[in-house]
Amino acid sequence: MKKLQKADYIKMYSFMLKIRRFEERAAQLYGMGKIGGFCHLYIGQEAVVVGILMTIDKNDSVVTTYRDHGHMIARGLDPKRIMAELTGREDGYSAGKGGSMHMFSKENNFYGGHGIVGAQVPIGTGIAFTHKYNGEKNICRTYIGDGAMNNGQVFEAFNLAALWKLPVLYIIENNKYGMGTSVDRAAAGLDLYKRGEAFGIPGEKVDGMNIFSVIEAADKAGKYVREGNGPYIIEVQTYRYRGHSMSDPAKYRTKEELDNYKQTDPIEIVKAEILKKKIATNDEIEKINKDTLEEIKNAAEFATNSPFPKDSELYTDVYL
Amino acid sequence: MSTEILMPALSPTMTEGNLSKWLIKIGDTVKAGDLIAEIETDKATMEVEAVDEGVVLDLLFKEGEANIPVNKAIAIIGEPNEKVEVQKEAPIENVIEEKKIEKNIETKIENKKADIIHTPSPKIEEDRNLSSEEITMRQALRDTMAEEMRKDNKVFILGEEVAEYQGAYKVTQGLLQEFGKERVLDTPISEHGFTGLAVGAAFKGLRPILEFMTFNFSMQAIDQIINSAAKTLYMSGGQINCPIVFRGPNGAAAQVAAQHSQDFSSWYSQVPGLKVIAPSTPYNAKGLLRSAISDPNPVIFLENEILYGLKGPVNNDVNFSIPIGKANIEKEGKDLTIVTYSIMLQKSKEAALRLKEEYNLNAEIIDLQTLRPLDTETILDSVKKTNRLITVEESWPFGSVGSEIANIVQRDAFDYLDSPVIKVNSADVPMPYSLSLEKLYLPQVDDIINAAKKVSYIK
Repeated sequence: MKKLQKADYIKMYSFMLKIRRFEERAAQLYGMGKIGGFCHLYIGQEAVVVGILMTIDKNDSVVTTYRDHGHMIARGLDPKRIMAELTGREDGYSAGKGGSMHMFSKENNFYGGHGIVGAQVPIGTGIAFTHKYNGEKNICRTYIGDGAMNNGQVFEAFNLAALWKLPVLYIIENNKYGMGTSVDRAAAGLDLYKRGEAFGIPGEKVDGMNIFSVIEAADKAGKYVREGNGPYIIEVQTYRYRGHSMSDPAKYRTKEELDNYKQTDPIEIVKAEILKKKIATNDEIEKINKDTLEEIKNAAEFATNSPFPKDSELYTDVYL
Repeated sequence: MSTEILMPALSPTMTEGNLSKWLIKIGDTVKAGDLIAEIETDKATMEVEAVDEGVVLDLLFKEGEANIPVNKAIAIIGEPNEKVEVQKEAPIENVIEEKKIEKNIETKIENKKADIIHTPSPKIEEDRNLSSEEITMRQALRDTMAEEMRKDNKVFILGEEVAEYQGAYKVTQGLLQEFGKERVLDTPISEHGFTGLAVGAAFKGLRPILEFMTFNFSMQAIDQIINSAAKTLYMSGGQINCPIVFRGPNGAAAQVAAQHSQDFSSWYSQVPGLKVIAPSTPYNAKGLLRSAISDPNPVIFLENEILYGLKGPVNNDVNFSIPIGKANIEKEGKDLTIVTYSIMLQKSKEAALRLKEEYNLNAEIIDLQTLRPLDTETILDSVKKTNRLITVEESWPFGSVGSEIANIVQRDAFDYLDSPVIKVNSADVPMPYSLSLEKLYLPQVDDIINAAKKVSYIK
C-alpha cells in the first residue's frame, strides 16, 4: 500500500471536510431558492472520492455520475466556480448551462457530471480507449452508482473494456439506494463487484466509510490497470446521509439505519487517526475547520453574486 | 431436357453479380448441394450451390466476368451428351437492344434498383477536377475515409463487421489491411456500449467514424447520440466538443420490412448540437464526408443502401470538400421547385423529365445535401422565382424535413406562393414486407408528378 505521509492525512481531512461543508451550504442555498432543479448531495460518501484521489495522477481522467460536486472538489477544482454553476451563474464551470449534474473541466481531465444513469460508463471506457490509443500510461476512473449496475450499457462497456484491455478503473459507489429503491430490491445478487467476472474483470469489495481501506484498494487496482492488464472493478460500500436529491425525504429507510452509519462517519475516522498519530493538535484541526467553513461561505457568496449568463449565451456553444 | 442455372440474388439489394470463380467445369456431374461457383455480390463474395442435378453442358460466362444480371443463365446442366439448346451469345448487333429490354423488364419486375438517371448536375460538370472514370458511392465513401485516415492519425473506424468482414456493405473494404486493427475495429453487436465508447473517445480528442450497420440499430444507442454527443458542448459551457461521424445506411433497402427500413432524417435533424447530412451521389458523398470527418461537432451521415452501387464521376482531389449547410441546385427551372435529398433525388429527376415532356413544366430541383443546418436561403430564393414548392423525401410524413421547409416557406415567402406547399412522403404506416406493398409505401415518380400537377393547378 501507498505510504501515507503526514501531509497526506491533512490533505484527506481537508478535502473531506470541504466536500461536507460545501454540500451543507448547497443544501442551504437550495432551501433559499438560489439553487434549482435537481441537486444530489454527497454527504456521507466523502471517503470514496477522496480515497481514490490519494492515488490519482493528475493526467488520469475522471468521469462520474450526477452526484458530482464532491468529485469536482476532490479533483482540486474551485468551490467558488462549482457553487456558481449550482446557482446557474456565468462564473460556473459550465457557464451556467450545465447545472449540478453536468459540470466539466477539460483542463483538469474531469469529463462530467452525467445526468443519465449509466451513460458515463461507456464514455469513461472510451476515454480509457483514447489513453491506450495515444500510447499514454494514464487511466480513466469511471464512477458508477449502484443503481446503474442494473443498466444494460454498463455490461456492454465491461465487455468492450475487457475485450480490448482498456485502462479503465470502474468504481461502484454503492450507497445502498438507487433513488428510493434499496439495492436488494433492484439487483439480483448483491455482490456488485462480481458482475465483471463473466468478462474476466477482477473485482473487490471495500469499506467506503474508512478511507484507508479505499486507498489501499484503489492503489492496488490502479496499478493493475496502469500496467495494461485491462479493467478492474472496486465496489465501495458507502452511505448517503441525505435523500437521493434535495426533494427526497428518504422515508424508505429508518432513522436507526442512518444513525448507525453516522457512528462510522468517514471524516471522524480520519480525524481520530490524525489525533492518535499526533499529526496535528486539536487546535490545528479547529483551524482547518474554521478555514474550511470560511472558504465555503465565500464560495456561496461568490456564487450568489456572480451574474446570470447574458441572454446572448442562450445561442452559444451549440456548435464549435 | 437441359436446365439453366441462373445468377442468383444473394442479397436483398443485389441486381447483378460478378463471376469470381467457377468451381465446376464442362463435363462434371453436379449433385444438389455441390458448390458450383463463387459470386461476388454488392456485399460479399459467396459460394453458390447447385439445386438441380446433371452433367455440366456449358458455362455461359468466363471467370472474372462482371455485372451479370440476376436471373441471367450462367450455366447449363442436363443429361450426358445432350445438345446444348441455349444460344451462348446474341449476335453483336442485337446486344444493345437486348440489354435495353432486359433492363426494362428488370426494373419492372425487380423494383430493386433506384430509378437512376445519369445526368450530373450542371455544377458538377463545371468541376474542372472531375474524374473521367465513374466510381460507386461505396467506393467514394471508402476512398474518402482512407484519405482522411492517412492525413490524421486521430481518425479511426469502429462498428460491426467493419474490419475483417470488410464491411457489411463493403464500404470499409480494404481499410483494415491499410490501417491495421488499432484503427479499424470490429465491435460486438453492442450499439449502446460502443457508441458511448466512441463518444468518450471523441470527448478526449480522437475523431471516430462510427458505422452503424444500418441506422435502424442507432435506436439502441440514441441516448448516447443525443444526450451525450449532441449536448455536452453546451452543457460544458463550450469546453468539451465531440468530433464524431455516425454513418451508415438509412431508410428503406429492399423488402427487409418494418424494423430494417426506417428513415431517421427528421429524427436527428430535430436535435440542436447535431449536424445531419444525406448525400445523393458519389460526387457529393466524397465532398460531404470529408467535411463531416473534419468537423469538430457530431455529424449524422445518412447513406442509402440502394445508392451504394450508384456510379458517377467524383473529384479526386484529397482536399475537395463540399461545405456542410449548402444545398445544391441539381437542375434549374422556372415553373416549380422540388426540394429533395438522398435517394429521392433520383426519382425527382425522373419526375422532372416527365413533367417537361408531358406537361411542359420546367422544375427546379434542389438537393439539400445537408438537412441540419438547413440551407433555407437557397430554398427561399428558388420559391421566390418559381412560386410553387413540393418536397420529396422517404421519411414518414408527420414532422418530416418537408414539414419544416413548408413552415419556413409559408413564414418567409408567403406572398410569393401561388399554391399551397405539397409534401411527398412515405405512407404513414410501418414498412410492409411484400414487394407490392413496399412499392406503394415508398414515394414513386407518379406521386411526385401528381404533386407537381397539383401545385401547378393541372388536372
